[in-house]
Amino acid sequence: MVMKTKCSSITKERIFAASLLIPCFVFVCIFAFYPILYSFFLSLHRIILGLPSIGQPFIGLENYRELLHDRIALRSLITTFAFVSVSTFFEILFGLIIALVINRHFRGRGLVRAAILVPWAIPTVVSAQMWRFICNDNYGFLNYILFGADISKYRAWLADPFFAFAAIVTADVWKTSSFAALLILAGLQTIPDELYETAKIDGANAWQRFRRITLPLIKPAILIALLFRTIDAFRVFDLVFVMTQGGPADSTNVLQFYGYKKIFAEGFMGYGSTISVLVFITVFVLSLVYIRLIRTRLFTET
Amino acid sequence: MKLSKLIFCGITFVIVFMSLLPFVWFVNTSLKTQAEVTAIPPKLASSGSLHFYRSTIEEHDLLHYVKNSVIVAGATTCITLFISILSAYVLARLRLKYKGVIMGSLLLVSMFPQISIAGPVWKIMQSLGWLNTYQGLIIPYVTLTLPLGIWILTGFFRELPKELEDAARIDGCNRIQTLYKIVVPLAAPGIFTAAILVFIYAWNEFFFALLIMTQRKFQTLPIGIALFQGQYTLPWGEIAAASTVATVPLVLLVFFFQKRIVSGLSAGAVKG
Repeated sequence: MVMKTKCSSITKERIFAASLLIPCFVFVCIFAFYPILYSFFLSLHRIILGLPSIGQPFIGLENYRELLHDRIALRSLITTFAFVSVSTFFEILFGLIIALVINRHFRGRGLVRAAILVPWAIPTVVSAQMWRFICNDNYGFLNYILFGADISKYRAWLADPFFAFAAIVTADVWKTSSFAALLILAGLQTIPDELYETAKIDGANAWQRFRRITLPLIKPAILIALLFRTIDAFRVFDLVFVMTQGGPADSTNVLQFYGYKKIFAEGFMGYGSTISVLVFITVFVLSLVYIRLIRTRLFTET
Repeated sequence: MKLSKLIFCGITFVIVFMSLLPFVWFVNTSLKTQAEVTAIPPKLASSGSLHFYRSTIEEHDLLHYVKNSVIVAGATTCITLFISILSAYVLARLRLKYKGVIMGSLLLVSMFPQISIAGPVWKIMQSLGWLNTYQGLIIPYVTLTLPLGIWILTGFFRELPKELEDAARIDGCNRIQTLYKIVVPLAAPGIFTAAILVFIYAWNEFFFALLIMTQRKFQTLPIGIALFQGQYTLPWGEIAAASTVATVPLVLLVFFFQKRIVSGLSAGAVKG
């Protein structure tokens, strides 16, 4: 009898389950998936926020053709890729070092972990203002460390294309290395201690143990951290908005900032949307790779 | 052996030092006087003046920004958690097809670059007349934090012992009663973890706040901090003071709940 009620209740359970998911569906469909499609729709039209009189004429792929010939957009694409690769590289490197440190057992480990999490928790806008102040030509800490009281040597770091880019990378690496560290730490914790014990008995030194045991075993975790950071670095905006406004000479004009400027500052809703679509497709492809990587876990658990 | 320990301590010290120093420098700046902030070359010590805190409150409406941030982040946290609990319960416990697809799509949403939905979200809010309203910002925040909440809670719900729920069902509880009488209290630590992470996200978010809140009356702290203007130069002292106010609650959260945050972050990103 128990079996019978159980079977007939499966459909009921499914309907009930689906109904609990409705609020989530409503939010995600209306404010995440629909806007993606809508962005694509907008990108096929000429829409200028300041000129409502021209309406929304359909212009096909005209905006995309324009994008191909937009030198600032190309520059912006290169800047974005440069930012993503340089900052991700350092985040993974520092993340690995931090993870190795906080994986050890020592007194005060909790406090060290908390201290490392502080940059992660700080609002990006705050960290941007902070680094902007550190790089300030007159009152900045950086000039003071480098040149002391010799104010004739003080430089306006953010007015220099190369150093402005470096400052944005530094601010991002400072803020997010700890996050990369946590992802790598999760991988480190799955390595059984016995492996190290055996290696020690066999006479392997610390470097050999790291090369032959740690590194191969945390490769998946590093890969996940790498992808996660890459995807997130594509979204850099707050740092650029506060520290450089894309300048000097477009040296920090990343795609997300360029798109924001086109749509909201200049009002080219249609053309700006092509940039939205471009950024989305790039991140979408990366996300699919990422999801494939962790899918094994996804399905073994469901 | 001794040497390796020394190196280890050295590296640990450098890491902690580099993590804290820039921010400590900024907090220190907020405690200076105007003359100390604009000294060239910079002066290291501050006189511990609260001048900038007073002027930020009186001239820059700091408390107003704080109020808006509390309302937006608080409401986002509550709504996201409520919806996440319902959804995570389904994904962890009930029989339903396409669970993998649902989890995957949520993960995808959490990776959306803001710019790819910014224009349309702004247009939707404009046509609803919700620009410069709390709901105009809370709704996008709920959407963008739902994946985080659902992923963390699904993980926590799965690890709860099923027997208690079965016992409650036999005692005559229906599904909803089982959820809020048994599952929610048992998963309280997990719910709290999700709450911290969602709150931090909403408290720190800048991009959508910039688009939706164009009037000062509704702007949140990050917007205030980014857009503070002085008469002639940037008001660095006030910016540092407001930054400290915006960050102190987060630093406290981190120091008290470091373990939860670490487990929540790795669960959200790696494990599911």
